[in-house]
This record gives sequence, structure tokens and C-alpha cells, in this order.
Amino acid sequence: MSNPLISARGLTKKFGDFTAVNGIDFDVYKGESFGFLGPNGAGKSTAMRIIGATSQRTSGTISILGKDPELHGPQIRAHLGVVPQQDNLDMQLSVAENLYIYGRYFGLSRKFVKGKVDELLAFAQLEEKRDAKVENLSGGMKRRLTIARALVSEPEILMLDEPTTGLDPQARHILWDRLFRLKEQGVTLLITTHFMDEAEQLCDRLIVMDKGSIMAEGSPASLIKNYATKEVLEIRFGSDRNQEMGAKLRTMCERIEELPDRVLMYTEDGEALLEKIYAADFHPKTSLVRRSSLEDVFLRLTGRTLIE
Amino acid sequence: MSLTQIRQGSLVLVDAARVQSRGALYVAQARIRQMMKWIWLILGIAIANPILYLISVGIGLGGLIDKSVGPAGVDGVKYLTFLAPALLAQAAIQGTMDETVFPTIEGFKWHKTFYSMNSTPLSGVQISYGVFLTALFRAFYTVVLYFGVMWAFGALESPRAWLAIPTAVFAGASFGALMQALAARLEDENIFFVVLGRFVMMPLFMFSGTFFPLTSMPFFLQWIGWISPLWHATELGRHLTYGHAISPTMLWVHFIFLGVMLVVGLFFSARIFTKRLAK
Amino acid sequence: MAVAIAEKRVGKLGERVYSGRVPQLLERGFIAFKSSTYMIVISGFLEPVLYLLSFGYGIGKLLPTITVGSETIKYAAFIAPALLATSAMNGAIYDSTMNVFFKLNHDRIYHGMLATSMGPLDVALGEIGWALLRGFSYACAFMAVIAPLGLVESVWGLLAIPAAVLIAFGFASCGMAVTSYMKSFQQLEIVNMFLLPMFLFSGSFYPISVFPQWLQFTVNLMPLTHAINLVRGLCLGHINMALLGHALYFVVMIVFGLIFTTKRLNALFMK
Repeated sequence: MSNPLISARGLTKKFGDFTAVNGIDFDVYKGESFGFLGPNGAGKSTAMRIIGATSQRTSGTISILGKDPELHGPQIRAHLGVVPQQDNLDMQLSVAENLYIYGRYFGLSRKFVKGKVDELLAFAQLEEKRDAKVENLSGGMKRRLTIARALVSEPEILMLDEPTTGLDPQARHILWDRLFRLKEQGVTLLITTHFMDEAEQLCDRLIVMDKGSIMAEGSPASLIKNYATKEVLEIRFGSDRNQEMGAKLRTMCERIEELPDRVLMYTEDGEALLEKIYAADFHPKTSLVRRSSLEDVFLRLTGRTLIE
Repeated sequence: MSLTQIRQGSLVLVDAARVQSRGALYVAQARIRQMMKWIWLILGIAIANPILYLISVGIGLGGLIDKSVGPAGVDGVKYLTFLAPALLAQAAIQGTMDETVFPTIEGFKWHKTFYSMNSTPLSGVQISYGVFLTALFRAFYTVVLYFGVMWAFGALESPRAWLAIPTAVFAGASFGALMQALAARLEDENIFFVVLGRFVMMPLFMFSGTFFPLTSMPFFLQWIGWISPLWHATELGRHLTYGHAISPTMLWVHFIFLGVMLVVGLFFSARIFTKRLAK
Repeated sequence: MAVAIAEKRVGKLGERVYSGRVPQLLERGFIAFKSSTYMIVISGFLEPVLYLLSFGYGIGKLLPTITVGSETIKYAAFIAPALLATSAMNGAIYDSTMNVFFKLNHDRIYHGMLATSMGPLDVALGEIGWALLRGFSYACAFMAVIAPLGLVESVWGLLAIPAAVLIAFGFASCGMAVTSYMKSFQQLEIVNMFLLPMFLFSGSFYPISVFPQWLQFTVNLMPLTHAINLVRGLCLGHINMALLGHALYFVVMIVFGLIFTTKRLNALFMK
């Protein structure tokens, strides 16, 4: 593989006594889609802001496109497209004006940006909203506009911090579709998310973070293979009995997790396990067999669920 | 009482009738609790404002004016005495405006607290009156503080000067009720603040006979005073604090003007609140 | 393309905080003016005119003339320069406090700007540049009102326009630094708590010689007093070395404000 676009070693960020990012190492290569998966407060956004050259690390090294963000902030940011967790669109301007002026902030010529605005409005499916005030857009539209805005300078790396948090399922799928297209065009994507389905859908490779540290690294498939079984059986006995029943069922599968609302049983064959449970005269109120996901990987690594 | 009792309906926690009769007070209570967070700032401004104006304009500029107009005085008295009742009414109007406009926009738009209030047995009318009562409370203590400062500056000449307190609060209430109705209709507040500040509040302050008799303005500008609650309250205030001459007819006119404004304001405010909450 | 432009400044002074994008930020100001902020901008012009009409005419009837040194001038001619200076201050303070506060905390526009190849100094200079442009247009418009009324006594009065820009610059650069510390809307009231006494006591409506010595001394420390003395001196044609001193006060304010603001923006966005 060629040289990485982004390379971090021992990257650490402290806010006073609190360590937000605790000595992490990672490399991101050209054209890949790289994810940071973890719950809120895991240090994903802080890591993103350091990469975005808008936050200074406390220690460690990081190079972005061969440069140190501490010394060359504006030049590094010229190559990045940033989609922050919280939309920060310019409320005083219309949809098209937002795209236009953002391109101008990069020092691009008026002519170039004007052409780009039309292209991006089409990409974000916002042509009809061209002259609308940003305030009146729906959440999904605002998000698409923010992503389109980040693309105005044709960045080498597109950074998305929790791109679909707060969106309804339909808006999420439209957005994922747009991101797939960018991936196909060879844009390097950096994504933070606390949704395991999003990480599975969008990321070629990801790191699982918790409390500022990296817990595991790999492709979604390899992580599931290494840290979980093929299937999971989810059963419920009612909120006050899950704990007690979990203890009794422990020997029947490879691994068991007792959550307050349900019991998760890890196994290669969920249906077979369920039959064994009924045969042993246990009667769960509900049961569900599903494939293992990154959620299970996270649970295994940290003993906690992603969304708390 | 147990949760099962309540769930099965044998015990009722919420007394809807009680809320119906006292709802506005509950809303006012919540608003006053909010106000208390900034009470020192509000009181600080309420005290500092009159002192600064009375010293700077009343005494500083007043000294030069008194010398210039000679023993005839301004409306027969020292400039300070002439100016003070106008500032008293202005303080009431500013206080109720701040306490009706901002909370109304906040309740409907910024924090949407009115909608959560409305999902309890509280009605739109009660919410509107609750906000209004809070503004009245603020106007009252601001005016009392102001009055105290006026007294300390020796700007009160008549023994019934204290009656200027209720008339100032009355003017504040009238203007506040109207502003509340207006704010409740608002969808886009950004421009509103500027229009309100520069096209309404400033002209009112400047052209209501606050700093000089209204009659010394050219005739084509005097109408601003006639429709201004500040002018009506100032005339009453001057009459009460130093005996400024008012004909009985005008006395009635001032009271009726402010009264009509109050009733119209409250009526529309309650109506618009109810409508917007139901939308 | 963006890259080539950003790299032009490599190795130049301040490359970490500045990339020469002030024109683009002014362009943003114009676009926003056209689509939403025009009312705010235009109404700002009204403020000094209302004061002039009210005080100049109304108080002018009670106090027709005022004596400055050995000269007796019309009351309106006395307050007009002060209103020009005050409106330069108010405009600059509005732009650098209220306006900046909302962009900073509510709309988070600066966060978006700083994710591009711009630096914090670009943002500071861009906002301040817009405030100056506004200050300049207000000063020109107000001049166009007071000069025909015969309220400007000397041709030196033309210099009151650049003076107003200087005044706006001083207030805007410091105002932005102060705003960066504000956490809530109510704290903005604190700014008003400084503005009101300054407005009332800095000799807008009468000479400060009526005050006792200690108060005169205090008043002479306040920036608005220097602003008013500068503009009034020019409009009345009282040209002397003291005017340079007043101007210098604002030069110091500008330098201090710019350094302070850039440091604060760096601390806010680059933490």
C-alpha cells in the first residue's frame, strides 16, 4: 500500500484533567472509507477535530497529507471537507448562497464556484430549494446541504461527524446513498458514528473507541468474526427476571450477556439454541434470532452497549 | 396514595378545577422563578438607570437649561422635576416590554415552553395572563425603586406624588399587553427586535414630551405623543408629582386611552395565544 | 485549486492564523445584507437623526446656544458631532457584540468558516471590516443630513468621516474580544451597562466642564469622550494637537483589540 494520507501515533488530547483521546495510533489510506465507532464521549469527535486542524493535540504525532496540523492549519484545511456533528449553516443566507460563499472562503474564483453550486444542488437533491432560507429546511435537507457544502472545494478527504444522528430512517438512507456515490468516485471518507448499522454500511475499515482508547481495529466483517459468534439469540423474561434466568442459561451457549431488558446468547445456530431452551422447560416472553453485529462486538469489548 | 390507586382512578392527583381557577398564577410563579436567575442584574439596571439619567440629563443638562430659561422654569419647575416623571413612566414601559416580548417569543419559539405548559390543564388564556402578571410585577418593583430615587433627588413636590406609581404601572401594563399580543403573532423575530427598538421604542422615548414639552415640537410630529402611552402616563405623572395643569377632560382622555389599550391588548393576547397553541 | 491558493501564503508572516480572505468575508456581508439584514443596517442610520431632531429641536428651544471656550454655538451644532461619534460607536458595538454573539453561539457560523482554509484573523478582520464599512456609510449619510442644516461649521468637518471610521474600528476590535467571553444572552446586557453611562456622561449633550473635577477626570478616561472631542473638534474647526491625542487613543485601542480578539478566537476554535 502507498503512504497513508493520515497517520497518527500516540495521539493524545487532554482537557485539564480529563483525557479525551488517550494515545491512539491509526493510518488512513487514499480512497478508503474509515470509521470511528464508539458511544458518545468516546473521543471520536475530538480525534476528528484534531485531524480537521481545528484542535491542537496535547502529545503524540499526527501527519495529514504529510503536514503537521499545528504548523500548517490553513493549508491542511484546504484539502478537507468537514461535516460537523451540529450543522453550522449560515442562517442569514439562502441555500445556494451558502454553497457559493463557502467556496469563496476557500479562495476559489467566482466563476468556478458558481458552476460548482449547480452541480452540488443536484447532488444534494436541493435544486428546488435553491433560493429557500436555510431556516426552513428539514433536518435531512440541512444535513445534505452541509455535506454538499463540504464538497465545494473538491476535497481529498471528506470528514463526517455523526452524519445521520437525529435523522429519520428515510432521510438516513438518502444520505447513505449520496455517501456511497462519493466513495465510488474515490473520495476518502472519515466517519464517526455510534450507529453500528451505519458503520457496517459505510466503512471499509474502522476502529472501535471507548473512553479515549482504541479497543479494536479491522473491517466490520473481520471484527464480527473475531469478537462475536455468527448468530445471536435475544430473549426476554420480563424486566425483573432477565438477570436470574441468564444465570441459569449460562452453560447452554458460548457466551451470554444479561442486559436489563433482555438476555443475549451468542451461538453459531440461534434456532437450534432456542429449541434447546424450550426443551429444557424455559419459557421466554419473546425471542429473536439475528446475525451478530458491531453492537455485539462493542458489548464484548467494553461490557456496555453503544447507545445508552 | 399509591400508584395503583391513581392508575385505577380511585384517587385523582390533579385537581383540574383548581388549575382552571388559578392557572395564571402558576404560570406567573414559573416565570418569576425564571426572573429570579437574573434578579440582581434586573435590579441593578433598575436602580442605576434612573440615577444615571437624573444626574446626567436632569442635573447636568438641567443646570444649563434652568439658567437659560430663568425663573419661569420648564413648565414652572426645575428641569429635573419636569424630567423625572417621564423617566418613571418610561421605566415601567421598558420593564413590561422586556418581560412580555422576550418570554413570549421564548415560550413559542426559542424553548417552546408554552407548548409543554399547554399539555397540562393550563389554557392558552392562562399562560398569556401569567406572563402578563409577571411583567406587571416587574414594572411595579422597577417603578417603586425609581420613585425612591426620584425622592432622594428631591424631584417630588406634591404630597400625592406617590399616585404616580400606579399610573406609571398602568401605562406599562397597557403597552406591555399590546406588545405581548404582537410578539405572540411573530414568526421571524430577528427583524422585529430592530424594528421595535429603532422604529417604535426610540421614537416613543424621543417624541413623547419626555425631555421637553410636547407642544414645543412642530405640530406634524406631535401626533407621536398623542398615540404614545408614554406621553399619557407622563402627563398624569407630571400632574401628580408637581401639579402640572391638566383639564378634567384631558385627565379622562389619558385614563381612557390607557384603559382601552390595556383591554384591547389583553383580549388579543389571550386570543392569539390560544390560537397559536392550538395550531 | 483551493490548495494552490492556500499554499500561496506558505512561509509568510501569520500563515497559521491568516490567509488573506477579508474580501470574501465582506462579500458574505453584502449577500446577507441583500437577503436579510438590510432592515437592521438601514435602521441604524435613523438613530442619530431621531436624537438630533428631538434634542436639537426640542432641547434647542429651552437651551438655544451653548458656550465652548470663547465661542457661542447653536445647541444642535453642539450635539450633532457627538451624535455622529456615538452612532459610530453604537454601530460598531452592535456588529461586534450582538451580531457576533449569535454567529458564534447560536448559528455557529464561525465554526464553519474556520473549517475552511481561513484562519481566526481572517474572521476577525472580516467582521470588523464589515463594521467599518457600515460605520463609514452611516457617517456619510449623517453628514449629508447635518451639513445642509448648517450644523458643520468648518470644512475640516469632512475629516469627521474618516474619524468616525477610526472610532468604529476601535470599538469593533475590542467589542469582539469581549463578546468571545459571553456565555448567555443576558450577559450581553453587561455591555449596555457600560455603554449607557458612557453615552450619558461623555459630553454628548453639554460640555463636561459642568462636572466636578473627579468626574471630569474619570470621564476623560472613557473612549467615547475622546471620540466626541475628536469629531466635535473637526466639525467646529477647532484644530489643535489635542485632536491627534484623541486619534492616538483609538489607534492604541485598535491594536490592542485586534491582538486580543485573534488570541481569543484561537483559544475558542483551536482548543
